[in-house]
Amino acid sequence: MFSKLKIIGAAAMGTGLALSASVAGAEKLVVSNWDGYMAPGAIDAFNEATGNEAELVLHGTNEEIMGKLIASKGKGYDVVFVSSPFAEVLHNLGLAEELDHDKIPNIENLYEQATQLSHDEGNTFSLPYAWGTTGLCYRSDLVEGTPDSWNDLLKPTDALSGKTTMLATDRWLLGAAMLANGYSVNTTDEDELATVRDQLIETKGTLLAYDDTTFYAKLVSGEAELVQAWDGWCNYGIAENADIKYIIPSEGSDLWVDTMVILKNSEHKEAAYAFVDFILDPANHGWAAENILYKVPNKPAMEALSEEFVTQFPNMGITPDQLLKYEQLRDVGEAQRAYSRTVSEIKAN
Amino acid sequence: MTDRKPLYLMTPALVWLTAFMVVPCLLILALAFFRRGIYGGIEYTFTMENIALVFDPLYAGIFLKSAWIAGLSATIAVVIGYAAAYAIAAAPSRRQATLLFFAVLPFWSNYLVRTYAWIVMLNREGLVAGIAAWLGYDGELPKMLYTETAVVIGLVYNYLPFVILACYAPLSRLNPEIAEASRDLGGGGWTTFRRVILPMTVPGIATGFVFVFVLSIGNFVTPALLGGGQFQMIGNLVYAQFLTANDWPFGAALSMFLIAIMMGLLTLQTFATERASGARRED
Repeated sequence: MFSKLKIIGAAAMGTGLALSASVAGAEKLVVSNWDGYMAPGAIDAFNEATGNEAELVLHGTNEEIMGKLIASKGKGYDVVFVSSPFAEVLHNLGLAEELDHDKIPNIENLYEQATQLSHDEGNTFSLPYAWGTTGLCYRSDLVEGTPDSWNDLLKPTDALSGKTTMLATDRWLLGAAMLANGYSVNTTDEDELATVRDQLIETKGTLLAYDDTTFYAKLVSGEAELVQAWDGWCNYGIAENADIKYIIPSEGSDLWVDTMVILKNSEHKEAAYAFVDFILDPANHGWAAENILYKVPNKPAMEALSEEFVTQFPNMGITPDQLLKYEQLRDVGEAQRAYSRTVSEIKAN
Repeated sequence: MTDRKPLYLMTPALVWLTAFMVVPCLLILALAFFRRGIYGGIEYTFTMENIALVFDPLYAGIFLKSAWIAGLSATIAVVIGYAAAYAIAAAPSRRQATLLFFAVLPFWSNYLVRTYAWIVMLNREGLVAGIAAWLGYDGELPKMLYTETAVVIGLVYNYLPFVILACYAPLSRLNPEIAEASRDLGGGGWTTFRRVILPMTVPGIATGFVFVFVLSIGNFVTPALLGGGQFQMIGNLVYAQFLTANDWPFGAALSMFLIAIMMGLLTLQTFATERASGARRED
């Protein structure tokens, strides 16, 4: 989901791993994650604490790691970080380990709501790592009034026209128009998709660009004034300009969840369990909240955030109850081709 | 007895090309005839569906659009590049090397960096807008970045040095006495250029044009960055099939057609070059 993640102040990571001499009984664990999505020292700290030899490999996108996992039947990897629709696919393909909660004592730290996620109720094959919403991120000093509807983005005023961006990734691009029309963000209904397509073709003429990676920088520079954004990424703009604000439109948002999955074909399951348990330790899990400004579903970790921090980044205060009101993006199976086609129709027009 | 030396010398290159060019292309070709699995894998059942889908008006339209942008970029690049190459070839020979050096200087920096530089220049708060404001222009400039024009500018800029080099080669080899002979026979400057110099340098023009066209039609970085993702070129479509839609078979089918177009053009270019040099021999 969060390809090409930009982190604030996190140095290049993944160096110096697995170089130390082999310790008897040490397990060589392979963890795949997005660049910068966990603390730079997390792997070393884990190795030191458990005597394992975990190695971090990076993937740029969900699709990239999925391609490798499907081709290798999940061999060669032990723990992967993927967004929930992809965790679902791994489960459906029989590649995800059925989790034994007894081996993950820190699972206690998860909010109760984080065990009720629609893609995996009871966390049978995935553990949520971060979650959040997709909404509007805007310059409150430049935009008149408060944009509180998806239609403020889809049908912008003349003053805003040419100063808005939308996410380029299929699911969220379509999602904005699905939500505006009151449809499910997982709809596969042809007529609904046609309505969504027509709306987005119309909207395209008013956009500055489609942008997945630099929209917050465009807000900071003033090039854009209102953008479709993931809440965590809007925070990167807020960090640079306090006039930037985030709002969930009245029609709602999707709930996105990034998860950790242990592969069924892992040959180092004990170490893999130890690793996910290590991440769920509030001290480690909280790193993501404090440093990459994403909400984590870890109760003690979120409660440890300072009031000042939550005031600066109000969307960090969105409660689990609020999050759970929104529909999660699910794997749409065969309908993916219809989604891709719809996006091509929009972009080719 | 035939000399086998050329064969031995060619073996490493042939092995290399077979392993890393021919085999992967055949794999892509094969992939185009399988089905996409429900979850994005490949289902090994034969289908013509992906090939048929390429001819769907939507995707065929994207091919045409890409060809239009690539053709426009190549034409502009050839006009600018040929003029530059002509000027370089006409300069005193001791200065030609320096001028060529400057022509290819941009290649020393990364393609992405060069493309981002255009974003810095063209965006609404960018260099061009800044200069316009400094010169006293206070209205809103037309949107420059994230347009088709920006994409064409980016492609022309990035590939121009290829054209200059391609056109410079035949221009610099032209025997000045030929132009002199044309003038002696009463040909004016324009006639000499049009009827003598231009025909003799067609191979360079063809090479330059085909280079830019082929590199542009499959390009996905420039349309993504300078086009703001607002229109898809065929490269973006292929990219999306492999990296976001997880539809490798359809991506493979699109790639095969793209490769076919490129091969067709390269063949035509070889043909044009052959004809031109053949014509010269007949003269």
